[in-house]
Amino acid sequence: MTYHFTGAQPGLWSAVAMIAAVVLASTAGEVLTAAAMKSIGDLDEIRAHSGLGGAVRAVLTCPLFFLGVFFLALAFFALLLALNHLDLSLVAPASASLTLVTNAIAGKIFLKENVDRRRWAAAVLVCVGVYLLAH
Amino acid sequence: MPHPTLSPRQYLILALVALCAPLGDTCLSRGMTAMPSIGLAHPLALVAAVFTPWIGAGIALLIGFFSSYLTALSWADLTFVLPATAFGNVIVALLARFWLKEPISLERWAGIVLITLGVSFVAQGPSRTEQPVPATEPAPSQESAKVRAR
Repeated sequence: MTYHFTGAQPGLWSAVAMIAAVVLASTAGEVLTAAAMKSIGDLDEIRAHSGLGGAVRAVLTCPLFFLGVFFLALAFFALLLALNHLDLSLVAPASASLTLVTNAIAGKIFLKENVDRRRWAAAVLVCVGVYLLAH
Repeated sequence: MPHPTLSPRQYLILALVALCAPLGDTCLSRGMTAMPSIGLAHPLALVAAVFTPWIGAGIALLIGFFSSYLTALSWADLTFVLPATAFGNVIVALLARFWLKEPISLERWAGIVLITLGVSFVAQGPSRTEQPVPATEPAPSQESAKVRAR
């Protein structure tokens, strides 16, 4: 595990806490925005009917969307904080691969998505792959 | 298992999702590692970071990512769209290898193979779970998950 020596070196637990904050906030944000977009319906069809303005309005009048964006913004600032203290080669693979698995779980529980064996296998393969790629 | 029929336009949107996210993250990383250490005591310094060039470029790319990501989520499952984002890492690694001539270790090639396998798994399946309309119905079985053909 390598750290970026821009200041005081963070300990193991603060590194874990920073990455966990990114993972939890982005999972909450992604599940909420996905739920919002599912409730809105196909944006391409909305745009075909009522133009780009209609599609933008459909998104911006959905309260779930803003709740999702709030958590995604939290995840963004948690990521900036983590990148300021830890190496990208640690933060990116750790948060990306963990988020894939937490999202598969959250997608099954909260969005009732059909996470079949094929999708589980994909989540695990991509998770290990991202780790190897960015490690 | 029937095949999902995504239109070329929908593939283009998935490609934008895949490309903009890793490129944006790379810009953010360049910008943030160049900055002095920021502690929790000075959260406003994080806001000031938004106005530096690399972070600004990263945010512009991430806005492109977000709008195409939202569009993709409006016609596909979250657990279908997310592996597409991860596929972007493969594209960036291949760009680094063949365009920037960076060496790729054996581990990275293994990572590329695993991600590609995972994405091809998902791409063969249906892109969207059909939900039963009344909330009181039991969860859909695998057989009831139908392809949303377009």
